Amino acid sequence: MIPSAFDYVRAGTVDEAVAALVAGGEDAKVLGGGQSLIPVLRLRLNNPSLIVDVSTVDEMRSIVDEGSSLLIGAAVTTDAVMKDAGVQADIPLLAITAATVADRAIRHRGTFGGSCAHADPAGDLPTVAQALDAEFVIAGPGGRRTVAAKDFFLDFFTTAVGPDEVLVAVRVPKLGAGWGVNYQKFQRTAQAWAIVGVAAAVKTEGGTITGARIALTNMGATPIRASSVEAALIGGPATIEAIKAASASAADGTKPTSDTHATADFRSHLARVHTARAVAKAAGI
Amino acid sequence: MTDTIEEAPASIGQPKRRKEDARLLMGETEWTDNIQLPGTLHMAFLRSSIAHAKILRIDTSAAKLAEGVVHVYTGEDFPGQPGSTCVWPVTADIVMTHYPAICTDEVRYGGDVVAVVLATERYLAADALDLIDVDYEPLPAVVDMEEALKEGSPLVHESAGTNRCYTHNMPCGDYEAAKAKADVVVSRRFINQRLIPSPMETRAVVAAPQGMADEITLWTSTQIPHVLRVLLALLTGIPENQIRVVAPDVGGGFGGKLQISREEVLALILAKRLGRPVKWSETRSENMVAMHHGRDQIQDIEIAATKDGKLLGMKVDLLADMGAYLQIITPGTPLLGMFMYSGIYKMEALDFTCTGVYTNKTTTDAYRGAGRPESTFAIERIMDELAAELGMEPMELRKLNWVKHEEFPFTNVAGLTYDTGNYEAATERALELFGYDELRAEQAARRAAGDPVQLGIGISTFTEMCGLAPSRTLGALNYVAGGWEHCTLRVLPTGKVELVTGTAPHGQGHATVWSQIAADVIGVPFEDIEVIYGDTGRAPYGMDTYGSRSLAVGGQAIKVAGERLVEKARIIAAHQLEVSPEDIEFNKGVYSVKGDPEKSNTIQGIAFAAFTAHNLPPGVEPTLHGEATVDPIDFSYPHGTHLAAMEVDTETGKVTLRKYVAVDDCGIQINPMIVEGQVHGGLAQGIAQAMYEGALYDNDGNLLTASMGEYLLPSSADLPSFITDRTVTPSTTHPLGTKGIGEAGAIASTPAIINGVVDAIRHLGVNDVLMPASPQNVWRAIQAAQNGGAA
Amino acid sequence: MMHISATVNGTHRMGEVEPRLLLVHWLRENLGLVGTPIGCDTSNCGACTVLLDGQSVKSCNMLAVQADGSNITTIQGLGPEGEMGTIQKAFKECHGLQCGYCTPGMVTAAADLLAENPDPTEEEIREGLHGNLCRCTGYHNIVKSVQLAAAEMRGAK
Repeated sequence: MIPSAFDYVRAGTVDEAVAALVAGGEDAKVLGGGQSLIPVLRLRLNNPSLIVDVSTVDEMRSIVDEGSSLLIGAAVTTDAVMKDAGVQADIPLLAITAATVADRAIRHRGTFGGSCAHADPAGDLPTVAQALDAEFVIAGPGGRRTVAAKDFFLDFFTTAVGPDEVLVAVRVPKLGAGWGVNYQKFQRTAQAWAIVGVAAAVKTEGGTITGARIALTNMGATPIRASSVEAALIGGPATIEAIKAASASAADGTKPTSDTHATADFRSHLARVHTARAVAKAAGI
Repeated sequence: MTDTIEEAPASIGQPKRRKEDARLLMGETEWTDNIQLPGTLHMAFLRSSIAHAKILRIDTSAAKLAEGVVHVYTGEDFPGQPGSTCVWPVTADIVMTHYPAICTDEVRYGGDVVAVVLATERYLAADALDLIDVDYEPLPAVVDMEEALKEGSPLVHESAGTNRCYTHNMPCGDYEAAKAKADVVVSRRFINQRLIPSPMETRAVVAAPQGMADEITLWTSTQIPHVLRVLLALLTGIPENQIRVVAPDVGGGFGGKLQISREEVLALILAKRLGRPVKWSETRSENMVAMHHGRDQIQDIEIAATKDGKLLGMKVDLLADMGAYLQIITPGTPLLGMFMYSGIYKMEALDFTCTGVYTNKTTTDAYRGAGRPESTFAIERIMDELAAELGMEPMELRKLNWVKHEEFPFTNVAGLTYDTGNYEAATERALELFGYDELRAEQAARRAAGDPVQLGIGISTFTEMCGLAPSRTLGALNYVAGGWEHCTLRVLPTGKVELVTGTAPHGQGHATVWSQIAADVIGVPFEDIEVIYGDTGRAPYGMDTYGSRSLAVGGQAIKVAGERLVEKARIIAAHQLEVSPEDIEFNKGVYSVKGDPEKSNTIQGIAFAAFTAHNLPPGVEPTLHGEATVDPIDFSYPHGTHLAAMEVDTETGKVTLRKYVAVDDCGIQINPMIVEGQVHGGLAQGIAQAMYEGALYDNDGNLLTASMGEYLLPSSADLPSFITDRTVTPSTTHPLGTKGIGEAGAIASTPAIINGVVDAIRHLGVNDVLMPASPQNVWRAIQAAQNGGAA
Repeated sequence: MMHISATVNGTHRMGEVEPRLLLVHWLRENLGLVGTPIGCDTSNCGACTVLLDGQSVKSCNMLAVQADGSNITTIQGLGPEGEMGTIQKAFKECHGLQCGYCTPGMVTAAADLLAENPDPTEEEIREGLHGNLCRCTGYHNIVKSVQLAAAEMRGAK
């Protein structure tokens, strides 16, 4: 398949990108690595009149250590994220999850920011952003603003980024010492999307769970924080039994869809099973 | 004459590295889409997005004015023109239907063609499709076969008055009498789900007025250039002698390219009409709906046995989904398995019935194995269910009933005579490689421990038939074509050899394997042979490649052609060495006088003499070649024993293939490396049916698995390495002792996997799992069993 | 139309392209490098894989304009001119191909994998190549081919 015709602007800076989007109006689309957008264009599911390419904007291609967080440029590739020494050391949940995204070739082009801005509920990286309370730096005609993860993912393929705005970077807080992490990706084949995914970061001290960050992939229109599981875990023992009991509420409040791979009910079941598995692995059990 | 030829080892049996590979590995390929001819018009198809609808109006005016658009055609431009045809009207009262090149008044499946654009560039042709406006009046679609057969169902073809395409019954023996004697009768409904063949190269066609006189050349990614040429001539009225069909490099077929398509028909007609090259390259999303699909059968199977496990009879009642139309062998495909439902077992009676049903879905037709995977699945699955019912070890039940090696030739209940086989030997080797007893012990331990991950062992002891032939048998089955194959061998004046074959490889390595056979038969170096195929201009006679027929049938033609060439050269050699032909010995390319080996000539030397023709014996014509068109005496019957160790995560339904052993018996192996490659590829596809793939439609007839994102082909990370070996029981119906191997892996592996999955969770009350054994299907089966219901 | 230039298989190439032109079509139809085929339209199959600045990418999932200024290697530039390279030879030796359609992408993806991990385990090879689908071989001999290539390349160092 072949995309419909469009105009193309390669932005040199964030400001240039915003200016192009403003000029392009409602029909303009931002292109990062293109690994989600280009199939959409080829299947003509979306026919933008203007493509603004931000993949070579320098500011968006670096990872900056801000002390308590890493500021990851939106155009940093998934491959670069998973191999970055800082990410591996300070945000291992992001590194291990990035390694599960698609395949090597797609990771070479696809970007962390692009995955978040695309906001496919089956995407893996948005779940990590949700679990870790990341912040999204968005540039628009009125300047820059920062949006918390909980306010960023709005609906299927919909985020807080407006039509004339660009996601510039994602600020991901470091968890600090004592945390274990795991990402459970339940998929039918290695290149299939996650039927359900669970990102977990767990802190244990002396056999007791003292911190828990858990988010779910593909259990609704957006990545969902399993807050009730977190609450049930914290202060409890780091045992399989306690973790399973806490994970029983993993699907509460979620709205998973039914598709060719799983019904909503089955997804809920899988979310409970894999939440327990992710937490147990993160807790080193 | 050289010593190296004298001392060269036999080529047959060697794992020769492939002649095809260097070119393919360096990207020096000739895929149809690579062909770029000046003045080409790019063809694009507007396809129905609705499964069933009346076409009220098509407005092509905007598209006709668009940049680069040269023509836009609708069905009105091709009244009555068929786009495909069926050569296998399986019963006298079959309901045949018209398959239009472009639909005129009605579309019958999502993907049916309503308009065709020709434009100067590929991108512009795609753009123009968006400018065509079609008004549809949606009609109710029928998707489910059982619904389709009910009174009052919507009709796929109104004029037919029914969705029943045909019912074919083949009673062998007296099943009811056999059943009356039985202590145990087990019935099951199995679903052989719909599959999408998915060769890595989608289809592509280039048609161009090019070549001699009025000749038009059609390059197409096909398995059947020869058959296609005949059918194109019959369907278009263009004289056969003006059509040249070329199958250049073909990127896989698996039955999907055993077809005559409307895309080929239209490309040919339009190139002829416009006098310009016309090109079409299918996109993958197009391929998912527009190339024929495979399988899609509901199998009601009943097996009757004594309490000791002796099989008495089997009843097979099939519903086979034809899809919306009949294409080349749509109705015959499910019947290709009808003789094989008893598998390797002895029984008194088989009552086979198959009903073909029209639905508003993509047409079905051959897919790797075509009929035999379905029959093998049915018998091998029901054997496990019978074993469970009888409380017998499933392998013991098989041993009790299979044909013993000393009982060959053996005529099965359906009347086929299996020439040779040794099921005991293949099974013994498979059990040894598998570690059967250890795995059974582990299975017991996991059950005892209540491990969330359970282990199961799946068995498939199978046989299949390949090399559809002889022609008179095909005629008796109402099949319109024959089952012969052709070969011409020429030793050129310089000593190089051309081997012209009627087979049409698309990955099977014929250039290599055919060279090995010819090298041994005519005694020339393997490297000196060039194999010519896939072009009706250069290889005019043939019946092409499908159904594991190429070696089984085509291999015979190579041997006979070679022998004829050797005999002609012997007469020339005798004349030149001034002895009688009876006094000439032929050994590895050298003709020598018996008792006086110094007096000799090589086959290459004789070829030059036959070229100059200065000194030929009376009555012997110049040139050195041998030709043969061979119609085999019978099918051949590969067999084998496959074993699968399956792990099932009972908490999630996730199935993992831990170990797979395949011991096949394809008789004499010309090239064991290629045999093994064929086994691997077949296994991957059979395992994929069992674990991953399945085409799904919604109730309105929309294909839900219309991309590779939804239709899951296994990747390297989804399959293990396989453990393979062969036993060798030469075929006695084939002069080289070989059998086919192209489909065995796909035929055997599907039931092995499902038997293993069911075996892993049978103790939970499960006695069947729908294919593919996806987490959801397995989990549901477990839930249903635990909640007291049948799976 | 946009002007682009790139080094393709060692040769400097330039062109005026529509922004929507896919990189693979630029390679195949504009530059005549038809060794790189197209197998799907959803980035699943990997048949079109090429090396872009040394890293594997799916050339049907990228716009030609995005390759401006880059260094591209296709299957036709992977080995020495007119010869097979080590990986290609290993695929022949181990019967790692049948129809050959996935092969350019598979070999290129293997080159990318081995550049990063010269001594991969079987599991690492299977994981590393899962973005490239093959319908003929069942992957068994592809894995063996990559193992052999890895051994040959390590031995040559």
